[in-house]
Amino acid sequence: MDLTRTYDVLIVGGGNAALCAAITARRAGASVLLLEGAPKDFRGGNSRHTRNLRCMHDHPADVLTDSYSESEYWEDLLKVTGGETNEQLARMTIRHSAHCREWMVRHGVRFQPSLGGTLHLSRTNAFFLGGGKFLVNAYYRTAEKLGVDIEYNSEVVELKIKDNTFTSAVFARKGFTHEVHAKTLIAAAGGFQSNIAWLKEAWGEAANNFIIRGTPYDKGNILRFLMDQGVKSVGDPTQCHAVAIDARAPNFDGGIVTRVDCVSLGIVVNRHALRFYDEGEDFWPKRYAIWGRLVAGQPDQIGYSIIDAKAMGTFMPPVFPPIEATSLKELAAKLNLDPDTLSQTVAKFNAAIKPGNFNHNVLDDCSTAGLTPPKSHWARPLDTPPFYAYPLRPGITFTYLGVKVNERAQIIMQDDKPSHNMFAAGEIMAGNILGKGYLAGFGMTIGTIFGRIAGEEAVKHVNA
Amino acid sequence: MSTLESIPRELVLEGERVMRLCNACRYCEGFCAVFPAMERRINFTEKDLNYLANLCHNCTECYYACQFAPPQVFELNFPKTLAEIRLETYRKYAWPGAFAALFRRNGLATGVVSVAGLFVILAIMLAGRTPRALLAAHSDAEGAFYAVMSHQAMVATFATVALLICGVFAIGFARFWRDTGVSNAQPLVASDLLQAISDTLGLKHLDGTDNGCAYPDELPSNTRRVFHHLTFYGFGLCLAATAVGTVFHYGLGWEGPPPIPDFARGGAGVVRSLPLLLGSLGGIGLLLGPAGLLWLKSRRNSLLVDPRQNGMDAGFLVSLMLTSLSGFLLTVFRETPALSALVVVHLGVVLGLFVTMPYGKFVHGIYRFGALLRNAKEQRTMQKLGAE
Ligand SMILES: Cc1cc2nc3c(=O)[nH]c(=O)nc-3n(C[C@H](O)[C@H](O)[C@H](O)COP(=O)(O)OP(=O)(O)OC[C@H]3O[C@@H](n4cnc5c(N)ncnc54)[C@H](O)[C@@H]3O)c2cc1C
Ligand code: SF4
Ligand code: SF4
Repeated sequence: MDLTRTYDVLIVGGGNAALCAAITARRAGASVLLLEGAPKDFRGGNSRHTRNLRCMHDHPADVLTDSYSESEYWEDLLKVTGGETNEQLARMTIRHSAHCREWMVRHGVRFQPSLGGTLHLSRTNAFFLGGGKFLVNAYYRTAEKLGVDIEYNSEVVELKIKDNTFTSAVFARKGFTHEVHAKTLIAAAGGFQSNIAWLKEAWGEAANNFIIRGTPYDKGNILRFLMDQGVKSVGDPTQCHAVAIDARAPNFDGGIVTRVDCVSLGIVVNRHALRFYDEGEDFWPKRYAIWGRLVAGQPDQIGYSIIDAKAMGTFMPPVFPPIEATSLKELAAKLNLDPDTLSQTVAKFNAAIKPGNFNHNVLDDCSTAGLTPPKSHWARPLDTPPFYAYPLRPGITFTYLGVKVNERAQIIMQDDKPSHNMFAAGEIMAGNILGKGYLAGFGMTIGTIFGRIAGEEAVKHVNA
Repeated sequence: MSTLESIPRELVLEGERVMRLCNACRYCEGFCAVFPAMERRINFTEKDLNYLANLCHNCTECYYACQFAPPQVFELNFPKTLAEIRLETYRKYAWPGAFAALFRRNGLATGVVSVAGLFVILAIMLAGRTPRALLAAHSDAEGAFYAVMSHQAMVATFATVALLICGVFAIGFARFWRDTGVSNAQPLVASDLLQAISDTLGLKHLDGTDNGCAYPDELPSNTRRVFHHLTFYGFGLCLAATAVGTVFHYGLGWEGPPPIPDFARGGAGVVRSLPLLLGSLGGIGLLLGPAGLLWLKSRRNSLLVDPRQNGMDAGFLVSLMLTSLSGFLLTVFRETPALSALVVVHLGVVLGLFVTMPYGKFVHGIYRFGALLRNAKEQRTMQKLGAE
């Protein structure tokens, strides 16, 4: 790194979007500095926790089966966002997603068929061999080889912007601050989900009980600096993608393994030992993302997923062993729930189940009658010991608030005009396209496509 | 099997913990056979761990790709945990159990046994020949090294040792097979065996991604596979040389050291030299392969190394190299007065190598093959668990 020079491109962040931008810009001949706030061992933000990206394709293509057309992809997006998207940016991203795998492989990424237990994604999502950390490692290796200057442990603490134009950034390292000048800025610093204080603005004290599934380094200060200096924002500032995860997970960085996938196979009760939502409303992959918010709405933000011996072994095994008991009373004691209430809740549930043919692969006819809340599918009596429980807490994946961009990844200012030399890619701008809800694998698609666009456009600006 | 001493409890607990983590993640599924085999299970007993640990080739790919590797809180070091379990399984299945302790100090043991081997060979030679005969030079026409040690004595010594260690290997293999065999009761079929043999001969799972595995460091590379092949096939060629020589001796009556090949005479000039040719090729493999593997080991990421195994690994590789080196010296200088000394050294080293084989690094091949065989069977008969 050479702080006396003016770099062509400064990239803030060190995840997928930042790396795609860095490689693209460097390949186009620019001098590039990438500042990653995390230490080297934790580089790669949330991207190191990912497993796949969603790709459009007209025919079976390497690891992807069948086909996934632009219109189907778009329909899926429309459904999950309820229209909170930008059709032009969304369609552009979808179209690019058909070709990005080749670029990824050229820069070291490898793919594998969909993992055991994820067959429902084999058509739409291409899985990374070794997961996101392998991808991040490969990109760092490529970027280094190409001559990108990379600095770890270097958190950007100030952005200097004048007349909608970026001039320099200040970053902190080993207790000292340094200023670096660059002709263009690419902001790829992720969301603000690991900033509990910020989450509290929308969620109040409940946020103290939230578990952050990914990196502790995505605190959103870059997003804040940009918004404070006249950049237009998009996406709901109060919403985040929250799933129900094992309450025993570490506060940060527990990643994919902490999820609990047996909600639809049993019942979920709160700390009063009462059910609070239809556990069998729809297929689990379509419902897991609402359970974070549901649990967040319960007292002390905790829930307990309870199954019996019949369900064991028929869902993805969670990382922490279940809490096990031979009777419901014993289970209640272990969970600190009122034993009588739990027994009543289960008895009421068991009694309300209508006869049916259990089949977890379809929306079966095993439902309850006259129960509130109902269980619409896969309702089987909890009657076969041992009983098992997994405690649940809201696990935050990412936030929706971001900076507004155009199709050239240029950041849009309050006056609706694009900045000439500021670009954004990845989670920090994903809210443009994904204002609400989630499509598995779409975060990495957005980061890959916009990272590359931002890299290209930044170099164009430098050369203009 | 209740007589087998379990592997340490803390190691079982750690093994179970890492398996639960990986089984809930599965990102490394495409690297090797361990992850799909793990996915056929929900719970991990010691038996499962002993099997899975021996299925791992220690390519370390899954360490660098792991988002939970140290210093992350889970401190998941999958390859190292499996390596530690593997060492304990070598001890557990070794027969006789009293020798299992050798795995702990194997480097030293190999040295001591090899030196002892020298004395044994010397004693055998002195029993059959006068010291004067041992100190003289002998031409090939005089039968060269059979002049200092009779063919019968040599065959008797090594046939006994070979039979013994084959028996010891068979017992170890049987112990492994029975101990890890709880997963399913289906019988083996021929295709399982074929698959296991082909996986073994090709080192199938050492290819990691398409361009090699992460050994000795993060960069994908095929060097370990190449050096391992040189070692493995070098060893195989040396065994073949011995076998062919024995057939020549007893079957065809072609006694004595094989002559230098005379390529000008075509096939006829080469056939009798076959043991020499095979042995030389194998010997080259046994010099280059182990040297390369040692060099790679010296460059490994220390976070991934189980230091207790360094002595065992190095002991085995060095004795392979010494076997080859002394064999070459013997071939070149067999018509000089150094003959006896070289015979003592070469045969002593070979004896040392053989005797320590069941209690050293060599056994990894026995159990790895067993694990690949079990894996082939499981692929055919068992399902992955944990559907959505
Ligand atoms: C457990 C988990 C699993 C997921 N699985 C998938 C999946 O399979 N597929 C998918 O598409 N999406 C998945 N996601 C979402 C996905 O992780 C994100 O959409 C994607 O990684 C965003 O990439 P990014 O580069 O924008 O941000 P990140 O990868 O989070 O990178 C942001 C980077 O910015 C750095 N940074 C932050 N502030 C500063 C600063 N001030 N100065 C310097 N650097 C800074 C951080 O250290 C970090 O390196 C998953 C998320 C989680 C938590
Ligand atoms: S080694 Fe790490 S990344 Fe690989 S499967 Fe296990 S937990 Fe997942
Ligand atoms: S070290 Fe290599 S062989 Fe062993 S489990 Fe990991 S990826 Fe598989």
